[in-house]
Amino acid sequence: MNTALESYLRQRLEKKQLLVMTHVVCGYPSFEDNLRELEVMADFDVDLVELQFPFSEPSADGPLFVKANELAIRAGVRPEHCFEFMAKITARFPFKVLMMGYYNTAFKMGPERFLSRLQGAGGCGYILPDLPVEEAADLNARADAMGLAPIVLMTPTSTDRRLAKLGAAARGFVYAVARKGVTGQHTDMSDELTGFVDRCRRHTPVPIAVGFGISDKNDIDFLRGKADMAIIGTAALKAWEQGGEDALRRFFAGLGIA
Amino acid sequence: MSIFDFAEGREGYYGQYGGTFLPEILAATIEELQDCFASCKKDPAFWHEFIDLMQSYSGRPTPVTHLENLSRHLGGAQIYVKREDLNHTGSHKINNVMGQGLLCRRLGKTRVIAETGAGQHGYATATMAARFGFRCKIYMGAVDVARQRPNVFWMERMGAEVMAVQDGQKTLKDAINEALRDWVTNMADTHYVLGTACGPHPFPEMVSFFQSIIGIEAREQIQKVAGRLPDRVFACVGGGSNAIGIFQGFLDDTDVELVASEAGGLGPESGMHAARLAYPDASVGVAQGYKTYFLQDDDGNMKETHSIAAGLDYIGVNPILVDLWEKKRVRFEAATDEQVREALQLVMRTEGLIPALESTHAFARAIEEAPGMGTDEIILINQSGRGDKDIFTIADALDDQHWKTFIKEKAIEYGA
Repeated sequence: MNTALESYLRQRLEKKQLLVMTHVVCGYPSFEDNLRELEVMADFDVDLVELQFPFSEPSADGPLFVKANELAIRAGVRPEHCFEFMAKITARFPFKVLMMGYYNTAFKMGPERFLSRLQGAGGCGYILPDLPVEEAADLNARADAMGLAPIVLMTPTSTDRRLAKLGAAARGFVYAVARKGVTGQHTDMSDELTGFVDRCRRHTPVPIAVGFGISDKNDIDFLRGKADMAIIGTAALKAWEQGGEDALRRFFAGLGIA
Repeated sequence: MSIFDFAEGREGYYGQYGGTFLPEILAATIEELQDCFASCKKDPAFWHEFIDLMQSYSGRPTPVTHLENLSRHLGGAQIYVKREDLNHTGSHKINNVMGQGLLCRRLGKTRVIAETGAGQHGYATATMAARFGFRCKIYMGAVDVARQRPNVFWMERMGAEVMAVQDGQKTLKDAINEALRDWVTNMADTHYVLGTACGPHPFPEMVSFFQSIIGIEAREQIQKVAGRLPDRVFACVGGGSNAIGIFQGFLDDTDVELVASEAGGLGPESGMHAARLAYPDASVGVAQGYKTYFLQDDDGNMKETHSIAAGLDYIGVNPILVDLWEKKRVRFEAATDEQVREALQLVMRTEGLIPALESTHAFARAIEEAPGMGTDEIILINQSGRGDKDIFTIADALDDQHWKTFIKEKAIEYGA
């Protein structure tokens, strides 16, 4: 089933060989900072942004995002604020926006309210890394009916049997996790990764995005021609933490993406 | 009927609780673990190997002791205690850990990791790793490291690396998150020895399986020493592994009332406790790999918890116990820090026993209920661990001047 998200990505892929998705933790360091980060990202023509809704137990994240989640919650950031922020940026920027977070955030809202808030805020889908495909059937079916894309993660440890199952559930694009571990550690760009991306392709017709440890121009150059989209998370936040807007601009300029 | 007979497509669910909620990267690892555990469970030789190991290494079966003085003092029911404190390393945690050690060997893995709160599970895991020759890393919240140094000392002496976790509340839940982060990276050679009957399937079932040894022994022993089955069985509940361990011995005995005692901390409405079911503050959620009642806010973010006992200071609870609670098979109560301090002193003075602060929650509840019961009625308490390890906390709580002087002198000796 082709979603609005997939059509959008296909359209962009006609002009660009490798798309870019970036990541922002809502309310960290602050929503004002988020907005300035997003302005930089828009200047570099990123295609898609995942807005992470802070959660108290971010067990799939590395140290930098763990700290970001914790401090955002301590500053009083709630899902309600994240949806308001999402509405604001989808109205303002050309890129599309996804909700990223942990399942409990959606579970506590209830599927109906979660999806209608997401749709109302102009989001085009969601990434919930701790919601396995077996448990996602109900939420994903409702999302399908609303034209929202549940993003499926494929990993190098997934068996072919699981990849087939994941491929059947995939909408929009597949988030191919480049390696074991949590976010923010270095990934070796290797033949192994190429082989993994090929395995993913055999199980799904939707575009393939590669994330986890993508941090510089070499990584981007490696992925060009192999994947459809590169996902940049921790590396951008690290640049922002080191030197704010200027450092973030330098970081994106160095990637050679625009 | 076994609580572990799952309906098709509902593997790992107890009523609507439990399940497996993990990142995709762990799917193959958890499947491998599920398959390995299923084959171990089916294999009678595995259980025999486990029993032999627990007898020769940990001193099982642990006895059941009649507390005549305490019973007389309270003037009600006859109180008996299942002595899990007499295990090697001082608590029931060793049952689960040695079982998972045998399983880890079958899995062919060479490294184990574990989270720990009070340090008992970390201590037991370090012991098991030394015995089996596994490399071992223990994740422990920095707050818990600070309040449980004696256990940390032993873990390190056994060759384990102890990592003080600085995230979040710096207690048990944060140690679990950090252990999960290690596991998603190193699953190829590493088994995660989860310490309590929580987390993703098959952990609640697997931990319950190994801890069932408590209930199996206790049911036989109490009939021998008291002449019949107990009227009430008390166990403390943090994650819930000692409780489900002893309760399993009596699940089919419908006349035996099963009572779980949670950490009441500073009491109801204080916001400073870890009572998920006894107080009305928790709600259903999904975190740390499973669905259960969590102490969380309306957005699903976890709240701060508090208990005098580090091992009960946890946001979630065993999904099997939640299901049994809904079915009215297990009654949930709570004991406050203050009740626990009083109960501990009473038990030490009348019986010369030192229950762990965790286990004292079960005593506190039994002490409250015993006077209202007949002298021919029988109470069985699971003393899940011994309290020697809590000497710093207990000495603090009792404001023991001699201890404080000793520590000051020791500090001077170390050049502080």
